[in-house]
Formats: sequence, structure tokens, C-alpha cells
Amino acid sequence: MTATREALNLIITGVGGQGNVLSSQILGQALVGKGYFVTIGETYGASQRGGSVMSHIRVSGRRQLSPLIPQGQADVVLGLEPVEALRVLTGYGYRETVVIVNTRPIYPVDVTSGDESYPEAKEIESALRNLSRELYLVPATEKAVEMGSPILGNMIMIGALLKLGILPLRDGEFTRTLERNFQGKRLEANLQALKTGAELIGRQGNPGAPETGR
Amino acid sequence: MSVIARDEEGKEFLFMGNEAIARGALEAGVRVAAAYPGTPSTDIIENLSQVAKTRGLYVEWSVNEKVALEVAAAGSYSGLRSLCAMKQNGLNVASDFLLNVNLIGIKAGMVLVVCDDPSAHSSNNEQDSRPFARMADLPLLEPATFQEAKDMTRLAFELSEELGVVCLLRGVTRTSHARGNVVLGKLPPIDTRKPHFDTAKPWRSQPIAEKHNRLHQLLDRLQETFSSSPFNLYEGPKHPELLLVTGGTGWLYSREALEILGLENSVGILKIGTSWPLPEKLLVENLAKTDRVLFLEEVEPFLEGNVKEIAADHFDEIGPKKFFGKKTGHIPVFGEMNTDRVIAAVGKIMNVSHRARDAEYEAQAKEAARTLLPNRTLGFCPGCPHRASYWAIKNALQLDNREGFATYDIGCYALARGPAGYHVLKTGGAMGTGIGLASGFGKFSEMGFEQPVIAMCGDSTFFHAALPGLINARHHRANVVMVILDNSATAMTGFQPHPGIGKSAGEASAEAVDIEGICRAIGAKVEVTDPFDFEGTRAKVLKALEDPSGVKVLIMRRRCQMLKDKEEAALFQVRIDPEKCLGEVCGCNRLCTRVFKCPGLIWDPSAGKARIDEVICVGCGICAEVCPQGAIRKEAGKS
Repeated sequence: MTATREALNLIITGVGGQGNVLSSQILGQALVGKGYFVTIGETYGASQRGGSVMSHIRVSGRRQLSPLIPQGQADVVLGLEPVEALRVLTGYGYRETVVIVNTRPIYPVDVTSGDESYPEAKEIESALRNLSRELYLVPATEKAVEMGSPILGNMIMIGALLKLGILPLRDGEFTRTLERNFQGKRLEANLQALKTGAELIGRQGNPGAPETGR
Repeated sequence: MSVIARDEEGKEFLFMGNEAIARGALEAGVRVAAAYPGTPSTDIIENLSQVAKTRGLYVEWSVNEKVALEVAAAGSYSGLRSLCAMKQNGLNVASDFLLNVNLIGIKAGMVLVVCDDPSAHSSNNEQDSRPFARMADLPLLEPATFQEAKDMTRLAFELSEELGVVCLLRGVTRTSHARGNVVLGKLPPIDTRKPHFDTAKPWRSQPIAEKHNRLHQLLDRLQETFSSSPFNLYEGPKHPELLLVTGGTGWLYSREALEILGLENSVGILKIGTSWPLPEKLLVENLAKTDRVLFLEEVEPFLEGNVKEIAADHFDEIGPKKFFGKKTGHIPVFGEMNTDRVIAAVGKIMNVSHRARDAEYEAQAKEAARTLLPNRTLGFCPGCPHRASYWAIKNALQLDNREGFATYDIGCYALARGPAGYHVLKTGGAMGTGIGLASGFGKFSEMGFEQPVIAMCGDSTFFHAALPGLINARHHRANVVMVILDNSATAMTGFQPHPGIGKSAGEASAEAVDIEGICRAIGAKVEVTDPFDFEGTRAKVLKALEDPSGVKVLIMRRRCQMLKDKEEAALFQVRIDPEKCLGEVCGCNRLCTRVFKCPGLIWDPSAGKARIDEVICVGCGICAEVCPQGAIRKEAGKS
């Protein structure tokens, strides 16, 4: 959480099946464990079937906030899919929004069918940059496939988010919660993914990007 | 093991609203829980089923919501506290018994949780369940927070037992399916009391009119108790310029909106947690404080209408008021509530403007939304057997060439209203509606109706509500084809078992009831097919369409891919042979990506040919049947 605001609004967005709900839940558990009020509003159900999925994660030291972030008030957007990050930003972003986005598209059937087109990577990047204060591009799916499973992409993205130090979680506080949710090989893979995400952000050298907590 | 059974009184956890309700039930000593799955209510029973063994509960996925309510009532009559949960549509199914049990009364505490889905995120309708409380003359509580979801459930059991009536609790998507802080209360010791039905005191609703009269007297007394309930509370100045009257999620949105607008010192909020009977005394006290009132609620103007009625009755004490809400257009009459809606309504009334972001940003955001965002239409998952089933049905209907169509009910397969299932489905609606409609259409051939009709139905839906329609069709000699998509799960709501499977809630084993046997006993001609056998399935659909009489049931049987994914390896390694795929010049008009529409098949614009997205493809191999060039190759054993 930033020093100047009493609440932090984070949106994790992607496509059904990317593991968005579980990652927001584990983040939330870690934050409640630290004494924060956390509210998570989730859109799923029908959205599991290839639709857009969005979790609103709201952190406050003062009180329980509502399950939906008001328009134009998302401080951080974690996009597991590029177009979905942009979709969220057009509604919930504002000048100060920090955006971290997985660069690998998942093409909607509306696009593969030829009815609509998916924007070029450059076009998406430029729009994301216009609508954010800081933008971080993370090749999470590519790395996850290298590591053995595309689903690890979500934990790589969480690793990147934690490394930026925007959330009031110190090193180890998230991993301890992770250890309560996973065991054995799955835990190991997720821990490795977190580390990979942190490294990917570390290497970006984005000017003005904070390396550690503020 | 579910988080709800943690024996850690006083500790704080992140709980989903539905987990909080389940925890509240455990704290109240619930012994019986029954439901039919339906988003956003499903997780209540899912969680209770996980602790059934350790906490000594009986938990079941019932065949439908009415039976679930009856099973819960049996628990109550046997002296066991009971819970029943359902989504809004389920209450319509259960309402026949609800509007009997309200007069019959109950013994041990019995709570009916109904979860509404404003904006219909996961529903076929947008419905407000609160009017049912007024119609059935039963108490209704509505939590505004996750903590209240737990605490109110506990209170609901106590209230129900004390009054001898079923108590309703209404959740909505944003309480039931959201997460927040919950401080745990004490878990009672595990209850091992033996259930017993007292035959000396039979439960029945005689004399009916007198029972109805007593129920109204009980509500009159209850509204006085509710006027001092801690779940109803006023926040704000002594004499607010505007009073917001709200309940459920509306409270959190209202507080945030006033803070954003900086109006906390001039506008007050009256939060109502006891939605029926309304706390008349408390409302009158608060209405007296102000001249202007705004109602904030999801979905129907329930508070709005009922509070106005109270204001009219007490006109002499409180004087004239100006009311705002859905009737005046300040709040939309559809869709869910949010902080932005409250900001817009309060801002308009108080003449205060608010802008979340500067004009330049707003313009850029609008432009990006207009030019760069492709739609993401819902579709079947990669490897879903329904896609294969609908491909065969679509082809058979085309070959049949008599303008045939399909009717539907509720389940993943209803997505075939759209491009995912080639627009095969033309009309339908509620659970079991597909076969009911088809039973009607199938009779009109005697009047010259010439189009063949296929009733689509899921395996879980078959048991829930399709049986009467099927019997009706057979009994009246309707000419009908019914397709049962048997994927071994109630997939839409998260793979709950149903009577066709030898499993019930949690780990409990159950008797599997044979769909095929039932259909044969009714007198239908039954065929079973694997939708991944494309040629065979299409031939069977065609044969059924061409059969001019009787009820033909075709069971398309293959397990849901989501279930398979977890337990089994992929069937095939699928790739596209770039030599064989002729691309744009083929003449197939991109049949695989444009028409078949599996998300695992993408179009490579640089090569002008189809390609497999290896991140998405699960290796079912059915697309190999689609390509006229045979360019999609499936090889056994994807690693």
C-alpha cells in the first residue's frame, strides 16, 4: 500500500482458466493474516467458459470496503492477458494506475473466427502506456511453458507484482500463505514461478520503477 | 477439508460469503443440509459436505430445490436444525412447498438461503427473491458484509426455532461470491442426538385460514423486535438533507459513495438488515428526520414500495416526503448496484458533481475501448464434448433440410444459443423447458407443423425437471427427439454429482439411477452414442429425425473435459499439416476456425493457414473430423 493512501485497489484480470481466482484468494489470505481488511469481488461462473474474468481486490487498514472498485479507481492492474488488461484499464484505470501485463494473448473465438481482429502487440502496448503511470511487460506464459505448465503464468505474475512492493507484504509473507494452500511438487513449482516473476521484473530496468517497498 | 470447521474462536479469516453462511450454520449447530447446485449459492453445501463426516451432519445434493426443501423440513420435524440453499430460480421450483410449510410451521430451526444474481452473471433471469418473503409471510434477513453473513445465519436459526417458522436469508452474487474478513465464533460440541418424529403431534396446516391469521400476528410482533435489531442501523447527521435507505450490498456502496462525494455530514444512511417484516417503528423514527429519501437496492423496488406504504400509514406523524429511487429513474430498474450508481443518484439529488479521472484520460480510454477491444464471447472449453455433439446435430439438421431446430433448458450446453453451438438452439428457458416445449411442438404435426424438433437436456437437468415433460410427450404421442448430453456432472456449477452418478455430496456414496432405463420404461426409443464418434452420432440424429412417430431419446455420453483434465492424460497430440492445409484458397472458408470455433484452433494470418495453440489445446482430436482436407492430424499420446 502506498504511504499516501489508506486503501489499495488491485484488479487481477484474464481469461477463464488462467488461475485468477485462486491467486487473488491467496493474496487476500496473506493480507488478512497481516491485519488488513480485504474485500475480493469475483466474476466467474459462466465466465469460466472462455470469457473475461476479473477479481477486484481491495485492501484497507480502516474498514471493509465494497466488493466492486468504483470506475477510475484501480491503483494496480495485473493482466494475465493483454487485451483483458486494456479492457479493465478503459473502465477502472486512472493516471496513477500501475500495470503489469503478461504479453501472451489468448485469442477470443470472435477473433479466430475472423469476425473481429486482435490488436497488434505494439498497439496494445502503446494504449496501455497511455493509460498508466508505469507499465511492466512480463513474458509469463512463455516462461511458464518452459517451466512445464502454462498455468504457472499466474504465479509468475504474482511474483512480479510482489517484487514491485506495492502491496504491504514482505518477502516470505506470501510464500508462507502459499505453503498452506499447496504441497509437494505443486508447491515447489509455484515457489519457483514466484521467483521467476520477481527476476523478470528485476531485469526490466524501467526508469522510475520502484525495486523495493515504498 | 473446508476452512469452515476451524475451531479457532475469535480469529479472523478471509471467507467467501457462502463460506461465512456455512460457518454460521455450523456455529448454530446445523445437522441437515440439502440443496440443488446453482450459482451463486453452490459453495454453501459444497463446504458443509466437506465437513459432514467430522461434524456429524447429513448433507445431500437433492434432485431439485423443492425436494431439497422437503428433505430439510424432514430434518426440522425430526428435531435437527436444517439448512436449504438455492439460487433465485430454484426458489421458484421450491415455492410450492414453501407456501405450504409457511403455514404448517417447523420444529427445529430451519433456514432457507436464497442467493440472487443481480445482473444475471450466471443466470437465465434477473429475479428478486425478497417478494417471496412477503408472499409467504416469513422473516427475511439480508447481510451487508461477510461477517453479517455468518452472524445472521446463526441468528436465523435461533429466530426460526423461537417462532416455529422457516427463516429466509438472501444473499446476492456480491456477498455470496465475494470474499472478506470474518471473525469466527464458537463451534458447539458435536451433536449426536437421535432424530425422532413425534407422531403424537402431527404437523399439518389446519385450519388454514386461522394459521394464516396467526402468521400475520407473529409478523406484527416481529417488526417490533426487528426495530431494535443491531443489523439495522443509522449513520449520519441528526437531520440529514437526504436519507439513503438501503440493504445488503447497498450499504458498503453507499458509505463509499458519500465519502467520495464528501457528503458524510449532510447525508445519512439507514441500513436495513431485517428486510421482512420491515422494522416499522425504526423506519418511522428515521423518516421523521428528513424530507428527502433515496432507496438503494438490488433488483426490484422492494424497500421502495414497502417503505412508502409505511410512510403513507404514518403521514400524520412524519409529514410529506420526497422519494427518489427506481420509480424516479435515479436508480436503474435493472442490473446490480455499485458505488458509481450511488454516486450518480446522490450527486444528482444533492447537486454535487464527481469526476473519477480527467477529460483527456477519459477520452483516451473511450477511444481504446472503441477501437482495440475484441469481444470475448463465451464458448465451450477446449475438448468439451458439447461442441462435438452440436457439430453433429447442426450437420444432421442441415442434411434433414426441413428447418428443424432445437429447444433448451439450463446448463453449459445452453451456450449453443450463440455461435459456440452454431445457433442450433432457438428457444427455451427454465429447467426442463426444452422437452416441455418439444412436447408441444411435437403434437402440432396433426395440424400441419412440419419442422422436426430436438429437445436438448443435460444429465442433471434430466432428473431435476425434464422427466415430467418426457412423460407428457410419450403419453400424448408427441413426435419428439430428445438429446440428453450426459457428461457425468452438473458441470456449469462446478461438477457436482447428480442421481445418475454413484456419488452424493462430499464423499458420500449413492445409488446411481439409470437414465437409459428410465427412458425405456417411459416407452421411448433409446440410442446411446459417443459424440466424439462424429459420423455415428450424426447418423443417429438423422435416423431419429426421420422417424415420423413417437419419442426418440438419444443419449450423447462423454465425460466433461474439465473432469477428465484432472485425472487423465490427453488423447492425442494434434497438429496441422502445413502442406495439406490450403488456407485461404482451400474453399472451406476457414471451416475449422470460422465455424467449428474451438479456442485451441487459431488462424495464423502471416502463413494464411490454421494453427494449433498448444497452450489451449487439450488434445481431444475431434477437430480432425472437421477439416475437409484432412490437414488436422491427431497422433496418439500427447505427453
